[in-house]
Amino acid sequence: MLILECPYCGVKAEETELGAGGEAHLKRYGPGSDDDQFHDYLFMRENPKGVHFERWRHANGCGKWFHAARCTMTMEVFGTYAAQTTEPPQEIKDKITAKRPGWSWREFSDAAE
Amino acid sequence: MKRYSAFAVAREALRYHTGWERAWRSPEPKRHYDVIIVGAGGHGLATAYYLGKNFGITNVAIIEKGWLGGGNTGRNTTIIRSNYLQDPSAAIYEKARSLYETMSQDLNYNVMFSPRGVIMLAQTEHEIRGYKRTAHANALQGVQTEWISPERVKEIVPIINLHGPRYPVLGGLWQERGGTARHDAVAWGYARACSDMGMDIIQQCEVTGVRTEGGRVAGVETTKGPIDCDKLGMVVAGNASHLSEMAGFRLPMESVALQALVSEPIKPCMDVVVMANTVHGYMSQSDKGEMVIGGGTDAANNYTQRGSFHHIEETVRALVETFPMVSRLKMLRQWGGIVDVTGDRSPLISKTPVGNCFINAGWGTGGFKAIPGSGWAMAELMATGHSPLTEEFTIDRFKEGKFIDESVAAGVAH
Repeated sequence: MLILECPYCGVKAEETELGAGGEAHLKRYGPGSDDDQFHDYLFMRENPKGVHFERWRHANGCGKWFHAARCTMTMEVFGTYAAQTTEPPQEIKDKITAKRPGWSWREFSDAAE
Repeated sequence: MKRYSAFAVAREALRYHTGWERAWRSPEPKRHYDVIIVGAGGHGLATAYYLGKNFGITNVAIIEKGWLGGGNTGRNTTIIRSNYLQDPSAAIYEKARSLYETMSQDLNYNVMFSPRGVIMLAQTEHEIRGYKRTAHANALQGVQTEWISPERVKEIVPIINLHGPRYPVLGGLWQERGGTARHDAVAWGYARACSDMGMDIIQQCEVTGVRTEGGRVAGVETTKGPIDCDKLGMVVAGNASHLSEMAGFRLPMESVALQALVSEPIKPCMDVVVMANTVHGYMSQSDKGEMVIGGGTDAANNYTQRGSFHHIEETVRALVETFPMVSRLKMLRQWGGIVDVTGDRSPLISKTPVGNCFINAGWGTGGFKAIPGSGWAMAELMATGHSPLTEEFTIDRFKEGKFIDESVAAGVAH
């Protein structure tokens, strides 16, 4: 059973207390963006076999959205962090690197600019 | 290939069954094939079969990382129906259902197709309107379905509780020619027929890379060495995103776990398939007597072929209120498979950004019923570059806004 620690209220919540919100760090492009960018934002998904970043909501708790770093191959949780960020904090990236040397994900939205 | 027949059974009975031959060969890969299909599940094998049967292309390899039919083909709840709302879906699922009717004769392999009938229960006012609309759409599409009253539902399924604690049964969408088939036999039958046509089924051979030259596919790297090909078909269900990444393009889909479970075998009690979509569970009885039960997918991405316990609880709770007798059943086995779900809950059967590379994926939670139609259409697409059945199922449809939205009509399990 999946257990995630809510970074806001500190509760270790199991899956039935949470709502899944899909892939994290999707960038919604602004005015002037082209069709491809908007298509990718709406439909393209990373769907990685391994390290993944997701949005979750502590639905039956404090009600807030947060992010989680997880492995889709082993169901291991690397950590959770606040939603007010465009990429995972360095601390989470370091934790993942320690366990999955050489891991990669798509470029984070800020890094891509 | 020796044909299976009543005479063959009698002949082998007289000589201690020493004359049966292997159903398919297990060859080492050649250096080059005209067509490579990645994935020896139902859809991959059916694609290869119709490439050979309909287009005479037999220099084909079907590459499988595990064992033949060991993915979702061997993990589903074997339900066959074609009562979809949208025209492109109804066309391909009805093609598949009609091919199932003659598949045993066609393959000379008993796939135990049982057109026992499928009911989708309406348990809210919204569902009544939705299913009546689907019944009208099906009438125009030439798919035989009908709207039936709660009394008729009770007549067909005596064990049902029409007045459940949460949702009453208000009627149902009835497809009399829907049913079930033996899922393993579908894969085995196609494999035997493919092998007989001279195709190579290469198991325990994982694709580790896709080679391209000048924007066209040139071959694949595998754990049994490189293999060249003129055309490549990717038919790997839940792992499609992973494989497409090797070829350098992304797909609009995510992979999640879908679970099923079976009870202990009991005496015959229900001779149709019942789907209860509002409460989220569906059930049929296998020929062995086990109640075969399915429910919804997990919410989060997953490649482990395991599901989460609370979804089993949700499914069983739904079935206990619909069929009170289920509360006395012991459950024997539970398993999960990885299904690939697109934004509009419809599959991709399409050309890709890489030349001569084709994809067949995104069947989500309902791929088994589509196997023969999917293989038929995919073979036509790969052989001729065009298939009327696949026209709408392109990868580009999301960009165009031409969705084939089955998220409501496809029923349970999304």
